[in-house]
Amino acid sequence: MKDFWHRFRANKGGIIGLALLAAIVAVALLAPLLFPGNPWKMVARPFVPPFEGMKFPLGTDTVGRNVAAGLAYGGRVSLLVGLVSTLAALLIGIPVGALAGYFGGRIDDLLMRVTEFFQTVPSFALAIVIVAIFQPSVVSITLAIGIVSWPPVARLVRGEVMSLRQREYIEAAILQGLSTPAIILRQILPNAVSPIIVMASLMVASAILLESSLSFLGLGDPNLMSWGYMIGAARTVIRQAWWLSLFPGVAIVLTVLALNLIGESLNDALNPRLSRRRS
Amino acid sequence: MKRILAAVVASFLAVAPSLADPVAGGRANVVIQPEPPSLMLGLVQNAPAQQVAGNIYEGLLRYDTKLNPMPSLAKSWEVSDDGLTYTFHLQSGVTWHDGQPFSADDVVFSADVFLRKTHPRFRAVLDHVESITAPDAGTVVFRLKSPFGPFLNSFEVGSMPIVPKHIYEGTDFATNPANNTPIGTGPFKFAEWVKGSYIKLVKNPDYWDQGKPYLDEVYWHVIPDAASRAVAYETGQVDILPAGSIENFDIDRVKALPNTCITQSGWEFFGPQSWVWLNNRQGPTASKEFRQAILYALDREFIRDSLFNGLGQIPNGPFAGSTRYNDTDLKPWPYDPEKAKALVKASGYKGEVLKLVPMPYGETWMRLAEVIKQNLADVGIKVEIVSTDVAGWNQHLSDWDYDLSTTYLYQYGDPALGVSRSYVSGNIKKGSPWNNVEGYSNPKVDALFDTGAGTVDPAERKAAYDAVQKILVDEVPNAWLLDMGMPTISRCSVKDLVTTGIGLNDGFKNAWIQK
Repeated sequence: MKDFWHRFRANKGGIIGLALLAAIVAVALLAPLLFPGNPWKMVARPFVPPFEGMKFPLGTDTVGRNVAAGLAYGGRVSLLVGLVSTLAALLIGIPVGALAGYFGGRIDDLLMRVTEFFQTVPSFALAIVIVAIFQPSVVSITLAIGIVSWPPVARLVRGEVMSLRQREYIEAAILQGLSTPAIILRQILPNAVSPIIVMASLMVASAILLESSLSFLGLGDPNLMSWGYMIGAARTVIRQAWWLSLFPGVAIVLTVLALNLIGESLNDALNPRLSRRRS
Repeated sequence: MKRILAAVVASFLAVAPSLADPVAGGRANVVIQPEPPSLMLGLVQNAPAQQVAGNIYEGLLRYDTKLNPMPSLAKSWEVSDDGLTYTFHLQSGVTWHDGQPFSADDVVFSADVFLRKTHPRFRAVLDHVESITAPDAGTVVFRLKSPFGPFLNSFEVGSMPIVPKHIYEGTDFATNPANNTPIGTGPFKFAEWVKGSYIKLVKNPDYWDQGKPYLDEVYWHVIPDAASRAVAYETGQVDILPAGSIENFDIDRVKALPNTCITQSGWEFFGPQSWVWLNNRQGPTASKEFRQAILYALDREFIRDSLFNGLGQIPNGPFAGSTRYNDTDLKPWPYDPEKAKALVKASGYKGEVLKLVPMPYGETWMRLAEVIKQNLADVGIKVEIVSTDVAGWNQHLSDWDYDLSTTYLYQYGDPALGVSRSYVSGNIKKGSPWNNVEGYSNPKVDALFDTGAGTVDPAERKAAYDAVQKILVDEVPNAWLLDMGMPTISRCSVKDLVTTGIGLNDGFKNAWIQK
């Protein structure tokens, strides 16, 4: 563990990413304390420009809602959807990939054809269709993102499992008479976990982008403030009120950047070949 | 004795002519949004079709901005004292755009045969009509079964366009190839339609009203994106932006441009009113106190000023300000959250979550739903927004599957045409989002609306409608939001564009461009 931290620290980007993400998470968690009430409350006259006073540092929107409060509460939605939908994708992708990789043959063929089916449909279009069918809500959005983003996980896990399956220690385990579930869960998967972690951190980032895009198109949960919604609503007034689209845009960029930096560093820290080269 | 309406005098009172003398010539460039499906006004009456084709076809009458009738194809008219016989004397020397002469037979054919088959709103008017006859080529007589108050309001070009008998008689109206090249009697002739790009109308040189129109041609440009339409005006590609062409938020910026005039006139005949449907059948909204609380809780001035750019009027009840017999003594309820809180308490509300299905007509209407939700949250009412598309919204309303929903409907200037349909119990029918969707039912109100429609005596009608407004305003079947302002933006050099209650729909007859 100490070793891991040492290697992670070696990449400056990872530290910056981690600090950024920590700050964003902190603001999102503290939103109810920083901005009591709810972000939909109309607190001032519409279109107060930013940096005019300490009361509304980021200005107010088309109906006088506090942009700063919107950003803080929006962060909760974005991070939550990003995390939960990634977990959902992992829950689908890892079992599919592990079974396909371990058993091979017909099972592999079948599972991979299903995976390819999902991979060939453009993921954003599929997400739109799913959300449109089950009315837009935070549950349907999370589900849709999970459903469109599991195939790469399945393929990655399958590859890892396939190569581990050939190792001698697995053959030994089989000869010892260990049950198949035990072999997959206790012997193989723990050894495949590093690339999965790296991939998951990047998936959170793309899930946040996907959620923002859906909200931008008006397919967000209408009862929850989110960054994509804020930009979508600001689109019609972009010539009068630049700040309404800029700040949520910056928030999305920073969050996604932070997650990518962290993913990059994790990759460096967890990849045994790279680490050997460094030490 | 017959009451003869001095049509000529009426028209003098109605149209305030601009001081300068009109000059002939020039071209008007107008935005049309969305592109109409057809210009055959007898078959298609959606808003953009009316806007273009109202200048190709004509009705028997036009209406000024006070909704007084003015001559059009009929030069004068008489109503018998019992309110049952309407006699119209037609203009002489009128020809169709293909050169054929126009006569009373065309009017009888249009009303009795063509529109009876194709025009649902006019068919409702025909229910009151016993016979339509042409005693001579210049006279048409309508006989009614019983008096119908708003009958004289039914002859506008979109409600009853006169179509050519010689082209349509004996054919299948919907598939007649002539539908692609509409033939009317109006001031402009159809010239060219490049789908997705523009519609071109040219001056009718043989127009019966000597000297009109002044413009040589009118181009209606199809530009699908609201921001592009604003840019088209800024760059000079178009000179006239009908209401709804650009986003509300853009109006302030565009109207501040040089040589730009804005008017809210020209929609009086339609009188669009927006309200929140309250489901009177079930849940907390079944309670009168709760509905009253909602009306007190809505900050309608804020809604008008921040979402609709200050355009429009706060309504005093179910009758839009421009609709006849609006009881001007009634004042709109104030924004009073404290009173609303007390009423919510009195209604026995237990914190149920209400389902708000907003009308999905664009950004402004989504913001409106958010403001309504917040206004109600401020007085302790919990609301959840259900977002859906236009088809889904229609479905929710048609199936009565909602607690709150937003909408706006035209009132056509008369309570019997545009108001009663949303409040009389005979109009509670599943399957339409335009009828008495809220399920309000009150025999007294039904009777008063019947009285108001069934007479031509203005005093009697006023008495009935005053009483109806008092009851409805107290019972709040719906929460009235806004008599919508419909701004037409144009270059100030375009004169006399909006002179009637339907504005641009028949406005190019009088319009001219100052050099």
